[in-house]
Amino acid sequence: MSHAAVRIVNLAFTYPRQTTACFSGLNLEVQPGERFGLFGPNGAGKTTLMNCMTGLLNYQQGNVQLLGHEIAHHKKSVNGLFGFVPQDFSFYQELSPAENLSFFGAWAGLHKREIKNKTTELLEVLGLTDVRNKKVQEFSGGMKRRVNLAIGVIHDPQILFLDEPTVGVDVHSRHAIINYLKKLNGNGTTLIYTSHQLSEAEELCNKVALIDDGKIIAHDTLQQLMLDHKEDGLEGLFINLTGKSFRDS
Amino acid sequence: MFKLWSTILKDIRILTRDKLGLIFMFVMPIVLAVVITAVQNSTFEMLNTNTVPMLLCNRDTGDAGKQLENAISKAGMFRIQAVAAGETDDAISNRMHAKDAVIAIIIPSDFTNKVKDKSNEIAVKALKNFGMQADSTKTGNSIIQPITMLYHPVLQETFRHSIQGALRSALQVVQNKEVLKSLYFNLNEKQMPDSLEKELIGSQVAINEIPVSRSGSRNIPNASQHNVPAWTVFAMFFIVISLGGSVVREKLNGSFVRLKTLPTNYLVSVLSKQLTYLFVTVMQAAVVFSLGIWLFPSMGLPRLDLPDVAGVIVVTLICGWCAVSYAIMIGVFSKTQEQSNGIGAVSIVLMAAVGGLLVPSFAMPQSFQFVMKLSPLHWCLEAYYGLFLEGGKLKDVALNILPLLGITLVIQLITLYGLKRKNLI
Repeated sequence: MSHAAVRIVNLAFTYPRQTTACFSGLNLEVQPGERFGLFGPNGAGKTTLMNCMTGLLNYQQGNVQLLGHEIAHHKKSVNGLFGFVPQDFSFYQELSPAENLSFFGAWAGLHKREIKNKTTELLEVLGLTDVRNKKVQEFSGGMKRRVNLAIGVIHDPQILFLDEPTVGVDVHSRHAIINYLKKLNGNGTTLIYTSHQLSEAEELCNKVALIDDGKIIAHDTLQQLMLDHKEDGLEGLFINLTGKSFRDS
Repeated sequence: MFKLWSTILKDIRILTRDKLGLIFMFVMPIVLAVVITAVQNSTFEMLNTNTVPMLLCNRDTGDAGKQLENAISKAGMFRIQAVAAGETDDAISNRMHAKDAVIAIIIPSDFTNKVKDKSNEIAVKALKNFGMQADSTKTGNSIIQPITMLYHPVLQETFRHSIQGALRSALQVVQNKEVLKSLYFNLNEKQMPDSLEKELIGSQVAINEIPVSRSGSRNIPNASQHNVPAWTVFAMFFIVISLGGSVVREKLNGSFVRLKTLPTNYLVSVLSKQLTYLFVTVMQAAVVFSLGIWLFPSMGLPRLDLPDVAGVIVVTLICGWCAVSYAIMIGVFSKTQEQSNGIGAVSIVLMAAVGGLLVPSFAMPQSFQFVMKLSPLHWCLEAYYGLFLEGGKLKDVALNILPLLGITLVIQLITLYGLKRKNLI
């Protein structure tokens, strides 16, 4: 019996010392091999939902399963199944890409030889071989994004969570990242992705969900949603479903 | 094990790339130990080897004034510069402002007469009490005009008291001599022979000074034995600036978020930091002790004598572990690096103050005695002093090590609670 890559059932989450719930009774399912995009305005709950899915936040009700394992009960054993590429640079700036990969590879449970092979492969694919021994703090924003991605995939995760992985990078770095993500997906990795770059999302995602005010307001293939709402792009669909008002508060 | 080793390697790399932090960690204890030892050593030498510059103005022309002059010079504590009897008090003060001396003694002009009158008065009273006749024509109520002691305001109170003690002792010798002479004259109606005078005055009981050491050694502890261990402990605990900051940075810079999503417990990172920085504290102690042994003598400072090596190693390891545990606890509970640095630095200075690093623990007010025992720096210092000053062995300082271990375990438990509460483990 094959499990969903992610199954969220009746999820409720409220931040400590807050009275309004971020989610209440939220349900979502992502199938293995999908390139799933999660979109919504600022403050809609995308990052909070991703943090619940990766076990960074403890939800109060419902359950989140990754490949059939409930994350709340098996946090550490489930952690090896997925990779996470946070929006912020999540590595040690004082270290080189190779040193970062070596450290995070060990924490992901890889052996020395596996780390060595994967490091060479990832640095090559992401165009970082020439700077493998330079400190990351000397890198450009695009190079740092690629290091951020490389660390998230060093252990060949079955599911990869990406929180705005291309924010603030140039065309070349974006191109390299998107191509690599497609390659990973081609090898069977499920991608769960959030971004405000809707044109990029159109290129990458085959399934999308729109979240607004803590609720999933649309969930289907991109083509089907555009057909249903008579839109010819994700941006039009986004405005159509979420309205034009600012969501800064 | 591979995870732990990788984490240690990562921590070492980050640590060694922070050149400024490393300099701070190693240069600070060296500077502190050298400067404080040099300052304290010069005070010791001023008291024990060197002499205090003194202006002596003897306005008296009689015997007693001369005797007092001799007694002061025999005290061995002063470098006396005679001032002409005609010089005024103001002129003497001016010479002190010009840094000619830190102290000046003025013997009043009728000192001998007054001392003699007073001595005779005492002798007559004594003889009357014994029921004997004495020449009471000269008795009255003689008041000896006080000796004037001018001192420079920089002179510390304790130092002033010891000078005053030396002066009183000299004055006592002169007065006693005169009383004895008067008694002898009233009894025998002739002057006391010189031989008897010397015998009576010079037969003071000697004081034999012996430092109490556990090793049985009679070496007098020097400024290095006092200061090198004390400031090494201070520097070990000041690692909070680097280590506390490192924990906070890890929490804030995002790498921590990724660590939480990986299948390894954060305790591995905590253990790695403990081992890495424990090594740093041991190195701090090794560097400062080595300087004390080999470099201090060439700088004119007393050599540091290393006592029981096994004891020093064990005490250093436990002090280092306590310092590292404290730094991690500060890092875990701090929300920003500024918070960690501020709380860390201030708390270490406070713990050093109440722990006896800045003021000797025996001089602490009674109300602080309990607080003092809560300071880990106090127990570190007591353990080191047991070895360096008292010449003890490891077993002799066990009673200082045990409370230190207890405090360290409490700090570890608080850290674990903090990590758990913040969902970090």
